Amino acid sequence: MKNALPILTIVVAILALWYVAVIPMNAPWERNQAAMRGDQIAFSQIVTNTMNQDRPVLPAPHQVVREMWNSTVVEEFTGRRGWWRSGSLSNRSLIYHGWVTLSATMLGFLIGTGAGILLAIGIVYNRAMDASVMPWAIVSQTIPIIALAPMIIVVLNSIGISGIVPKAIIAAYLSFFPVVVGMVKGLRAPDAMQLDLMKTYSASGANVFSKLRLPTSMPFLFASLKVGIAASLVGTIVGELPVQQGGLGVRLLSGSYYGQTVQIWAALFAAAILAAGLVGIVGMIERRTLRRMGIAA
Amino acid sequence: MNRVINTPGAWQHLGLALAVALALVLGLGGAAAQPSSEVIAALVAAVVFAYGYRQRPPKLWRVLLLLAFWNALVFAAYALAMQQTGAEGAAFWSAVAAIWLGGWAFVSFVAEVRPRAGSLWARLHPLVAPLVFGVTLLWVWETAVKALEVPKVILPAPSEIGMRFAASLDVLWIDLVQTFVRGTLSGFAIGCGAAVVFALVVDRYAFLRRGLLPVGNFLAALPIIGTAPIFVMWFGFDWPSKAAVVVAMVFFPMLVNTVQGLASTEAMQRDLMRTYSAGWWQTLVTLRLPAAMPFIFNGLKICATLALIGAIVAEFFGSPTRGMGFRISTEVGRLQLDMVWAEITVAALLGSAFYGFWALLEKRVTFWHPSQRSR
Repeated sequence: MKNALPILTIVVAILALWYVAVIPMNAPWERNQAAMRGDQIAFSQIVTNTMNQDRPVLPAPHQVVREMWNSTVVEEFTGRRGWWRSGSLSNRSLIYHGWVTLSATMLGFLIGTGAGILLAIGIVYNRAMDASVMPWAIVSQTIPIIALAPMIIVVLNSIGISGIVPKAIIAAYLSFFPVVVGMVKGLRAPDAMQLDLMKTYSASGANVFSKLRLPTSMPFLFASLKVGIAASLVGTIVGELPVQQGGLGVRLLSGSYYGQTVQIWAALFAAAILAAGLVGIVGMIERRTLRRMGIAA
Repeated sequence: MNRVINTPGAWQHLGLALAVALALVLGLGGAAAQPSSEVIAALVAAVVFAYGYRQRPPKLWRVLLLLAFWNALVFAAYALAMQQTGAEGAAFWSAVAAIWLGGWAFVSFVAEVRPRAGSLWARLHPLVAPLVFGVTLLWVWETAVKALEVPKVILPAPSEIGMRFAASLDVLWIDLVQTFVRGTLSGFAIGCGAAVVFALVVDRYAFLRRGLLPVGNFLAALPIIGTAPIFVMWFGFDWPSKAAVVVAMVFFPMLVNTVQGLASTEAMQRDLMRTYSAGWWQTLVTLRLPAAMPFIFNGLKICATLALIGAIVAEFFGSPTRGMGFRISTEVGRLQLDMVWAEITVAALLGSAFYGFWALLEKRVTFWHPSQRSR
C-alpha cells in the first residue's frame, strides 16, 4: 500500500488536467453563442457554462459520471422501459449494453482459451505441428486481425448466423493466439532435470503432462489469459460496430453519429470498468490458484 | 512395432496410404468427376516414395526420395485442382485428405532432419515447414471453395483474391499511404517519442514513477480503441484523427516499458558511474539508455502491432473516401469480399513488415542482450 499516495496523486492530477482542459475545449462554442446573441460573456460565466454543456466537445468528469448514473440506476429504476417497471433491462441503459458485450466477450474468451490450450498441447507434443503451425501463430500476432471483424460479422449474418455468435468468434480469435503462445512457452517451461526426474519415476506421458507440464505452465497461462480477456473485449466491441444489435460498441457508434459526446464517454468508461473488472477477476483467480499451488511469492 | 509407429510421420504416412486406397476404390466404382488416373498414380507414387524414405536408405537416396515425394504430392495437388468440375464425390475428398496428410508427413520428415550448423540448409530449414503448411492451407482453401461452389460473397478463393489484388494495386497503394504512412507512422512517431520523453521526466522523480507505473499499466489494458469516435469528432475525418488514436494507443505501453527499462540498471553500475563523477546526462547516455534498450524495443514491437489496428479501426468511425479501414467497411457493405481480402492481405504484410523492422533493428542494437544470443 506504499504506492497508494503516489497513485492517488496521479489520478487527482489527471482529473485536474481534465477539468482544466474542458474550459478551452468548450469555450469557442460559448463565445459563438454569445456573439450570436450580440453580447459579451464574462470569463467566469464561460467557466461555469463549459462545465455543463449539452453536447460538449469534451465533457467534464462529473457530466460523464452523471450520465453513467442516469443510464444505469436511474434508467432501470425510474425509466418506462427500465427493469423496475417492465421487468426486463432497458435497451437505453448501459447495464443492458454492457451485459450484451460481456456475454459475447465471455463466450468468445472461453472458446478462444479452450481452443488455444488444445492447439498448444498439439504443438508441444507434435514436432510437425510445432514446425509448421507455431511460426504462423507468432506471425499472426503481428497482423491487425481486427480488420477481419466487419467481414466476419457480415458474412456470418448473410448465412443466417447472427446475435452473440459472430461477435464471440471475433473475441475468440483475438484471445486465441496469446493463449497459444503463452501456453506453448509454459508447457515447455519444465527443464531437462525435472523431465529426467519424471523419467526415473518411469512416469507415463499423461502423468508427465498432468503432474509436471500443466502445473508449470500455470503462471504463463494466467499471464496470457489477462492479455486474452482484454483482447476479446476489444474484439467484441469492434465486432458490434457493423451490426447494430446492442452492446457498448453500438453505444460508441450511435453516440458518434448523433454527436452525443457524453454518451460516448459514458460507454467508454463502462468499457474501461468492464475491462478492469475482467482483468482484475483473472488476476484474483491467478493469485488464489498460484498461492494454493505454492508458486506465488 | 511400437518403434515403427513412433517414427516421425508414421501415422500420417499410414493415413495417406489409406486415403489413397479409399480414393482408388471409390473412384473405380463412382461415375463422373472422380480424380483422374494421373492423380491416383501420383498419389500411389507418393506413398511408395514415403515408404522408401522411411526405410532410412543412404543420404543421397533419402534426399532424392524426399524430393520425389514432394513432387508427386505437388503434381497430384495441381492435377486435382485443374480438373475440378463442381460435382465432386467422396473419392475427390479422399484425394484431398490424402494430399493434406501427405503434406503433414512431408513436414514431419523435414522436421526430424538436423542440418549441419552454419550451412545454407540450416538457415532455410526452419522456413520449410511453415511454408509447406501455408501452401497446403491455401490449396485446400482453393479446392474446397471451388468444389463446394461457395458463393463469392461468403468466401472468395485465394486465386480470386490474388487477381483482385493484382488488378487494384493503385487503390491499395492509395489506401496504404492514407492509413499507414499518414495515420499510423505519424501517430506512432509522436506517441512513442512523447512516451520516451515523458518517461525520462517520470524517471527523475521516484514519487511520479511509483504512481504512474500502476496507473499506466492499468490504462494500457483498457480498450483505448473506444476513444476513436471521440478523436474523429475532434480532429475531423482525415488522417490527424487516426494519428491521434494511434498516439493514445501506443503512449501507455511505451511509457511503461521505457520507465521499467530506465529503472533496470543495477546499483553497482550506477555506483560505478558515480565514482567516475558522471553527470545525469552522461549516466543517461552511456549507461541507462543502452540498458533500457531491450525494454524500449519490446515496447516498440508491442506498439507496432497496436498502431496499425488503431488506425484501421478509427477509420470505421469516419474517414475520407480512402484508407484501409474505409475500404474494408465499404466493400463489405457492397459484398465485394475479394477486395476486402486483398486489403486484409496488405494489412497482414504491412503489420508483419513493420514488426519485423523493429525486430531486426532490435537485433542490431541489443546484440549484447542474453535473449539475442544464438540458441
